[in-house]
Amino acid sequence: MSTLVEELLSQTQTTEQAKYTSKDFQSDQDVRWCPGCGDYSILAQTQRVMPDLGIPRHKIVFVSGIGCSSRFPYYMNTYGFHSIHGRATAIASGIKMARPDLSVWVVTGDGDGMSIGGNHLIHLLRRNLNIKVLLFNNQIYGLTKGQYSPTSEMGKVTKSTPYGSIDYPFNPVSLSLGASSTFVARTMDRDPKHLQSVLKRAAEHRGTAFVEVYQNCNVFNDGAFFQFTEKETKDDSVVFIEDGKPLVFGKERDKGIRLNGFLPEVVSLKNGKWSVNDLLVHNEKDTTLSFILADMTYKPNLPRPVGIFLAVNRPTYEAEMARQIAFAREKRGEGDMSKLLNSGETWVIN
Amino acid sequence: MAEKTTQKLDEVTIRFAGDSGDGMQLTGTQFTNTTAILGNDLSTLPDFPAEIRAPQGTLFGVSGFQIHFGSTEINTPGDACDVLVAMNAAALKVNLRSLIDGGAIIVNTDGFNDRNLKLAGYQSNPLKDGSLSKYQVFEVDISKLTALALQDLNLSSKIADRSKNFFALGMMYWMYNRPMEPTIKWIQSKFANKPDIMEANIRVLKAGWSYGETTEIFKVRYQVAAAKLPPGKYRNITGNQATAWGLMAAAKKARLDLFLGSYPITPASDILHELSIYKHFGVKTFQAEDEIAGITSAIGASFAGDLGVTTTSGPGVALKTEALGLAVMVELPIVVCNIQRGGPSTGLPTKTEQADLLQALYGRNGEAPIPVIAASTPADCFGVVFESCRLALKYMTPVIFLSDGYLGNGSEPWLIPDFNKLPDISVKFRTEKDGFLPYLRDEATLSRPWAVPGTPGLEHRIGGLEKQHLSGNVNYEPLNHEFMVKLRAEKIERIANEIPPAEVEGDKKGEILVVGWGSTYGAIKTAVARHRQKGNSVSHLHLKYLNPLPMNVGEILYNFKHVLVPEMNLGQLIKVLRAKYLVPAVGLNKIQGLPFMAVEIENKIDEMLKG
Repeated sequence: MSTLVEELLSQTQTTEQAKYTSKDFQSDQDVRWCPGCGDYSILAQTQRVMPDLGIPRHKIVFVSGIGCSSRFPYYMNTYGFHSIHGRATAIASGIKMARPDLSVWVVTGDGDGMSIGGNHLIHLLRRNLNIKVLLFNNQIYGLTKGQYSPTSEMGKVTKSTPYGSIDYPFNPVSLSLGASSTFVARTMDRDPKHLQSVLKRAAEHRGTAFVEVYQNCNVFNDGAFFQFTEKETKDDSVVFIEDGKPLVFGKERDKGIRLNGFLPEVVSLKNGKWSVNDLLVHNEKDTTLSFILADMTYKPNLPRPVGIFLAVNRPTYEAEMARQIAFAREKRGEGDMSKLLNSGETWVIN
Repeated sequence: MAEKTTQKLDEVTIRFAGDSGDGMQLTGTQFTNTTAILGNDLSTLPDFPAEIRAPQGTLFGVSGFQIHFGSTEINTPGDACDVLVAMNAAALKVNLRSLIDGGAIIVNTDGFNDRNLKLAGYQSNPLKDGSLSKYQVFEVDISKLTALALQDLNLSSKIADRSKNFFALGMMYWMYNRPMEPTIKWIQSKFANKPDIMEANIRVLKAGWSYGETTEIFKVRYQVAAAKLPPGKYRNITGNQATAWGLMAAAKKARLDLFLGSYPITPASDILHELSIYKHFGVKTFQAEDEIAGITSAIGASFAGDLGVTTTSGPGVALKTEALGLAVMVELPIVVCNIQRGGPSTGLPTKTEQADLLQALYGRNGEAPIPVIAASTPADCFGVVFESCRLALKYMTPVIFLSDGYLGNGSEPWLIPDFNKLPDISVKFRTEKDGFLPYLRDEATLSRPWAVPGTPGLEHRIGGLEKQHLSGNVNYEPLNHEFMVKLRAEKIERIANEIPPAEVEGDKKGEILVVGWGSTYGAIKTAVARHRQKGNSVSHLHLKYLNPLPMNVGEILYNFKHVLVPEMNLGQLIKVLRAKYLVPAVGLNKIQGLPFMAVEIENKIDEMLKG
C-alpha cells in the first residue's frame, strides 16, 4: 500500500531542471536584523549559492532554533521551520528521517547550537544524517542583548560577566571533529567568495556538513573577528587550508606552517631555511590532521585556520534506516496488520 | 500414586514472588499466557523493583507477579491472593500481607536458610515457629529438586539453579490443571540456540508437574472452567503491546509512515522495543539522545508528512513540555504517550500512579490546550491510542495519550478486532496552490492545512512565534494574539462536538456516582457491581476523554446525590470536575504505587451510604 507521501511525490515529480536566480530564494518577509549585521551577508551568499545546487525550491527546508541567526528561515523562499531554542538539529533529524528526498539545512548560532542545543548537535554529527548545519558564531548572545556565549573568550566583560567571563570557550571546529563529524569547515561572513565555495562543498557532501561561520555582531560584539576578516590584518592572521595544498599565508605569502612532531609551527619562507616543500600539506581525508589543524584555533602564535578541515564519507543514518526497512520487507514481506493481530497464541470462544 | 481430588473454582488469584533474578516475571507471564489460551478471563499485576538485580535475598529485591483468573468476568488482578508462591524468606515477608487468611503458601525451603532469614529480617524461621498457622503451608525444596532433575546434564550448579522457577511453574500447572505444551513450545523457540538450557528448563518444568502429581504433599487439584466471554477470537495482550499495535494500525489507516522518536524510560520502553521489531511495516523508530529530541524529531517528522509519535513517562513529559507548546503553536499532529509512573522526580519508576493528569491538561507555558485521552484497561490502549492518532490528524494538534505502569505491564484477554473494519482516518495533504495560506481554517474543525515540504508552490514558514490569523506570518498585535489564543482553544473544544457522550454503568440517577479515569476502571467496576448486587444505588462513570470532556458530563453528575472520585493521586480529576461543574465531589486517594483494591472503593462507598 502506498502512503500519502509516496502519492504526493509521484504526483509532483518533474524531470526538468529547476532554473533559479538568487531572487527566487528571497521570501516576501522584511529582513529584520540590525543594520550592518553579518547575517545579511550569509543570507545573501546562501541565496546566491542555492540556484547552483539544482535542487527544486520546494524540496528545500531550512530549520532553525532561537536567536538572531534563527530568523534566517523566514527570509528564504523555501519551506522553513523556526522552532525552539537549541532543538533545530533534532527537528531537522526528524524531517530527514521522514523524508530523505528533502534537502535539509539547519541555521543556528553559538548559543543555540553549542549551549542549549549542544547535545542534539553532537548527536546529529555522529549519526551523520545528510543535513547541512550553518553555525553563525558571533561569540555573544545577541537576541537577549549581550551576554557572553560558549564561544566568548575568557575574561570577556558582558552584562552577565561584569568581572570578566571565567568560562573557557568551545572551539566549534574541534567540538565537531570530536563528535565524529564527516564534514567540518570554517568560513567568514566578510569573505563572500570563500563563504560561497564552502556552502557549495557542504551542499555536495553526503552526510552532516558542519560549517562554522564567523559572523560580526556589530551591536554587542563589534569587531570580534576583524583581525581575521579585515584587509590590514587578515593575510597575516589567517591561514586558508585547501586540500592537497601546503599551508602558506602572509601578505607576501612568505610564511608557512610546518609540523614539528605533532605541533604546528610558523616558519618563514624568506630566510632560506625552509621552503614550501617543508610545509604541512592539507589532506581533507586525514582525520588526525584535522584535529591538529583545528587545535591551532586559539593558539596566540599561530594563524587562525579557515577552510575545510575534514570531508570524509560514512553511510548516512537515514540511508541505513531505509536499508534496514528494505531488508526487513524483503525478508518478512510487507507487514500485514490483520496477520499481526492474529499472530501468536490465540483462542476462539464460541 | 497418592489419592487426589479435584475441586472446581470460579476464580483464583495466585502470586509468584522471588528474588528479582529468580525469573518471577517470566513465570507469571507463562502462567498467564497458558491460562489465556484455556479461555479464562484474567487480569495481571507485575510488581517488580527498579533495581535490575538487587542484592540476592533482600526485601527490596523481591519481584512479584499476581494473576487473577476465572470462569467469571475478571476486572482486577485481585485484591488479595489465594495462593502465594514464595521462592525465599524475603518474598514471603513482603507478600504475606496480600494473602487471604487460610490461603496457601508454597515455599522453596532452600530460600529459608539462616542468611535468607537474616536478610528478610526474621528473628526465627516462620516455617518452624508457628507464625504461619492460619495458612496452609506447602514446603518444597525446589532448589534441591531442580538440581536432582538436572544432575546428569553437566551444568554448573549456578546455571542449573536458574531453572528453578520452571519447577514452581510446573507445580502450579499441575495444581490448576494447565497444559505444559505452550510453555514447552516457548522454551524451545527462546532457547533454540542453547540446547542444554532448553533441555534443562523443559525437564525442570516437567519435574515440577510430576512432583505435584506423585507426592503426597498436594491432595487437591483445581479446575477453573473457561469464562463466558463474548464469542470471537482472543489473544492475551499487555497495555504497552496494545499501544504499539494501536499506533501501527492508526498509521496504516491514515496511510502514513509511523515515526517514533523516543528515549528509553520505565515503564514506556517496551513500546519502543515492540515498534522496533516492525520495520517491515515501514515503522521508523529513532532512539533519540534525550526526551526533548524524542518529541522534536517527531514534530519534524510530522512536518514532513509522517505520523509523529513519542512515548515516555512523567519525567520525560516534563522535558517535552516546551516542544508540546511548539506543536500547539505550529499546529502539527503528534501523539505523546505518557505511561505514568510514581512521581515526582524519578519517584517510583516501576510502580504505577495517575498523578500526571494535571500535567497533561495544563503543564505548559501560555494557553496551550491539548486533547487528553486515557485508556482504562490494557487492551483498551489499542483503541484509545488509535483514537488519539485520529484526533491529532483531524484537528492538526498534539494529543496526549495517558496510560500507566499498571496498564502498560498488565495484561488481559483481548477480543481481536477486525483490522479491515477499523475506520479510515486518512487526511489530505494540501496540494492546491490557489488560495493557499498556512493558517487557513477548516470551517468545521478549525484545523489548518497540512502542506508538507516537497509540495510545489506551497513553500511556507512556520514557527513558535505568534502567528497572524490565516497568513501565518509572525505577528505581535495584541488583538491578533487574543484572537489566536481563543481560536486554538476553540479548535480543541470543538472535539467535544464529535466524541460520544459519556455513558453511565448502572442507573442514570441515584445515590452515588463513582467517577474514574484510566486504570482504576477494573477496581471501580468491581466495587460498584458488588454494591449493586446488594441493591445499593451506586453507578459508575468512567471518563476516556479528559480534554475536552464529553458534553453530557455535567448532566450526569447532577443526577446523583453524591459523587465519589477515586484516583491514584491526591485528587486531580476531582479538581477539574469541581471547577467545571461546581459539584461537591468527594475524593478517595491512594498514592502507594499500587492500584486500588476493589474492596477499598467498596468500603468508601459503604461509608458514604451510611452517611
